[in-house]
Amino acid sequence: MSVREFDVAILRDVVEELCGELACELPNDIYNGIAQALDREDGPMARQVLNDLLINCDIAAKERVPMCQDTGMIVVFLDVGFDVRFLGDPYEAIDEGVRRGYKRHVLRMSVVRDPLRRINTHDNTPAMVTTRLVPGDRVTITLLCKGFGSENMSRLAMLLPADGEEGVRKFVIDTVSKAGPNACPPFVVGVGIGGTFDQVALAAKRALSRPLTEPNGDPFYARMEQSLLAEINELGIGPQGFGGRATALGVAIEVLPTHIAGLPVAVNINCHMARHIKEVL
Amino acid sequence: MSDKIETVRLQAPFSERVARELKSGQRVLLSGVIYSLRDAGHKRLVELLKRGEEPPFPIENAVLYYVGPSPAKAGRALGSAGPTTSSRMDPYTSCLIRNGLRGMIGKGYRSDEVINAMKKHGAVYFAAIGGAGALLSQAIKEAKVIAWDDLGTEALRRLMVEDMPVTVAIDTKGVDLYKEGPDMWLKRHHD
Repeated sequence: MSVREFDVAILRDVVEELCGELACELPNDIYNGIAQALDREDGPMARQVLNDLLINCDIAAKERVPMCQDTGMIVVFLDVGFDVRFLGDPYEAIDEGVRRGYKRHVLRMSVVRDPLRRINTHDNTPAMVTTRLVPGDRVTITLLCKGFGSENMSRLAMLLPADGEEGVRKFVIDTVSKAGPNACPPFVVGVGIGGTFDQVALAAKRALSRPLTEPNGDPFYARMEQSLLAEINELGIGPQGFGGRATALGVAIEVLPTHIAGLPVAVNINCHMARHIKEVL
Repeated sequence: MSDKIETVRLQAPFSERVARELKSGQRVLLSGVIYSLRDAGHKRLVELLKRGEEPPFPIENAVLYYVGPSPAKAGRALGSAGPTTSSRMDPYTSCLIRNGLRGMIGKGYRSDEVINAMKKHGAVYFAAIGGAGALLSQAIKEAKVIAWDDLGTEALRRLMVEDMPVTVAIDTKGVDLYKEGPDMWLKRHHD
């Protein structure tokens, strides 16, 4: 098996470019999701909000200005082929890409170096990177630009096996209800089920990177995604919490094997500006 | 629910009498002078008032916008400028309302303490669309930092706005769109 040498400057340049694209252009699946939600609303207030959100996206794309002033923290899922050999430090390359991207695209610097002493890094680094080794010689990079209005309303619970599907369902609905207008509905709801305390949160985050148009590959969980979405959209919260059908645009579930004694569940809320992008290098 | 949203034009700053005429659910096109302030700035403003010092802007009848804008590109007043979550400002807000603050623009719930102060002193809470920072930015014609420049995006700014689209979320009677709106939808769809 031959080794593929991979210059990390490619990673840096891709991240620089994608930071601007994420901030200023809503992915098609989300844009279409908002447009479809607009078709289903009958109240004038909900329709006005959804319509304004689409206009906002059009202005942002045309003028290359961020859709939302919270241009977030960059979350990266990096899947690296076994046969890739990096020339240079890929983590430093990603941070350099963020640094250059946030400056060049005139985005807001929203990261503090230390959670309690809270000194801004002034370049939006570091990115939150999760690396996986996978077969092959490609590097797949998935970027999320995560705002904290919705991140703050996310929750994790260590349920009991006896709580089962019903317990998970209740926790998801309860989390979405509590998020309400603060997290900027309509949401995209990422749900992690299983694994360990740490891995379940990552699964929920990873779920947010899956396009709305792609259900879970397991029909059991695809049905659960649909029924949760239907239930969420009967809560009445609606766009911006002013009342309406569109409380969520989609629910994505990612599952992991877990321990005989546990049922971890994590719910990661994303606002309607669900900024995600994937490139295979 | 009616098929139309009532829209009113409003000039900031405005008096208690004008505030008391506004109704939850009305769409407001706001023009005039407002001030941007969020977490760190609220802390400083309230500390300054408690020391009995002169605030850096006239609070009487003023409207605050909870926003931390992205930087301006050349030729623009500000970058993206949508509202941030208001509840983080709740611990400071009743003090500001007692000092004459008339309006607030943000997104999301307010505490009972804030709503009670709004009812008592005649202040109103507007919601701007969270995430619509590019759209809202177009209504901001001028922006000038007037204090606390060291806070960066959180600095106190004087903003000139023109027909800024907001919605009366909580009026001076305490009627709350975040309760009434969903309740009305549920009533309409489940009765």
